[in-house]
Amino acid sequence: MINLWRFISRFNAFFFLIIYLVISITLLIKNNDFQKASVYNSSNEIIGGIYQKVNIVNKYLNLNLVNDSLAKENISLHNQLKSSFLNDSIVTKIVTDTINKVKYEYILSEVVNKSITSRNNYLTINRGSKAGIKKGMGVIGPNGIVGIVWNVTKNFSSIQSILHEDTRITSSIEGSPYFGPLIWEGKDPNYVTLTDIPNQLNLKPKARVVTSGLGVIFPKGVLIGIVDKAGVKGGGSFLDISVKLSTNFYAIEYVYVIKNNYQTEQETLEDANKESVND
Amino acid sequence: MIKILTNALRFILLVALQVFLLKNMVIYGLNVPYLYILFVLLLPFETPNWLLFTLAFLIGISVDLFSDTLGLHATACVILAFFRTVIIRVTVQEDNYDSDPEPTLAIMGFRWFFFYALILTLIHHFFLLTFEVFKFSEIINTLSRVFISSLFTLILIFIAELIFFRKKERK
Repeated sequence: MINLWRFISRFNAFFFLIIYLVISITLLIKNNDFQKASVYNSSNEIIGGIYQKVNIVNKYLNLNLVNDSLAKENISLHNQLKSSFLNDSIVTKIVTDTINKVKYEYILSEVVNKSITSRNNYLTINRGSKAGIKKGMGVIGPNGIVGIVWNVTKNFSSIQSILHEDTRITSSIEGSPYFGPLIWEGKDPNYVTLTDIPNQLNLKPKARVVTSGLGVIFPKGVLIGIVDKAGVKGGGSFLDISVKLSTNFYAIEYVYVIKNNYQTEQETLEDANKESVND
Repeated sequence: MIKILTNALRFILLVALQVFLLKNMVIYGLNVPYLYILFVLLLPFETPNWLLFTLAFLIGISVDLFSDTLGLHATACVILAFFRTVIIRVTVQEDNYDSDPEPTLAIMGFRWFFFYALILTLIHHFFLLTFEVFKFSEIINTLSRVFISSLFTLILIFIAELIFFRKKERK
């Protein structure tokens, strides 16, 4: 017994290493699971609150860039206003629009924390379940796509950004029928790779890469970026297209969370399909 | 008592510095300094092992909470604490010093501190970035990140140590 005790106390550092390593690796593995994501992260009330305070300084420093992108967005919205079109019809009457039902709603929210430099990056925003945000909603910024809602508390949500190894957003080249998943290879936060595009596609330089509208998260045609260069990997029949992101993650301050009003309906239908195939 | 206070202050200061400032300092797109490990490096020699490991775990978890990587920094810090005990056992003779020394640049000299900081920084960064990526296919990319980040961290460690160099010598 004494010998055992001597042995343990002689190598006590090693035993402490084992104990704490087990604790921390358990946390690490548990937390890595998208579905089981725990609440101990920056969408937590306390930490989110601290970040919101510190963010006041950051917001001030980025005012120039934010103003710039908001002004650009204003112009594009102005261009869509009714008043900027010439109306050449003679008879006018008010029509209650019953054809178009609102499918996507946008929730404005402010970025209070973000990471860009890790292999897997997240953003924290200051709107949560109170504003109607749920896990799995899409998030876009004034210039383009940002990520997917990962975890939600009452007042904050964290977003798994497009710069994450598990984020796969189905996207396509504007005007072409082909689509494929978008991957970040972890090197440069300004570039992502669009894979699985058949190489018979005649790719124009500077073509726009947009969301495909498949799935329930993003509407069709949200800008992701611009084609930088394309290459065939290892003589395969698919192109790996390098895309320059239109979202500048260094400067992003405001984002819009997309709420799809028909998400449940579409998902229920698709789940029912899967079940009937399995039977 | 003063020692506990200094270390507590150092803990808070380094975590705040790491999560609010250094996390946003980027070179070559992806490399960040992780200066907060200086807290573990500078704990006094006579710190008992259980306290050393607990504190290392705590500072890791604190940084994790702010960067959405629960367990990642904690794992790397616990490994760092273990290698700290090994290196100190190998290089420092216990009866060799007169009155409670600390593993600082001012007391232990440049040569010793340089190798101490270099080895531990490389170990910490290696485990941190490998666990973060967790893919063997990206090993070259990861290793280059380890080296550039380590260089960046070491420079900051020496700047921090040189700022507080004189104060400790006078005491």
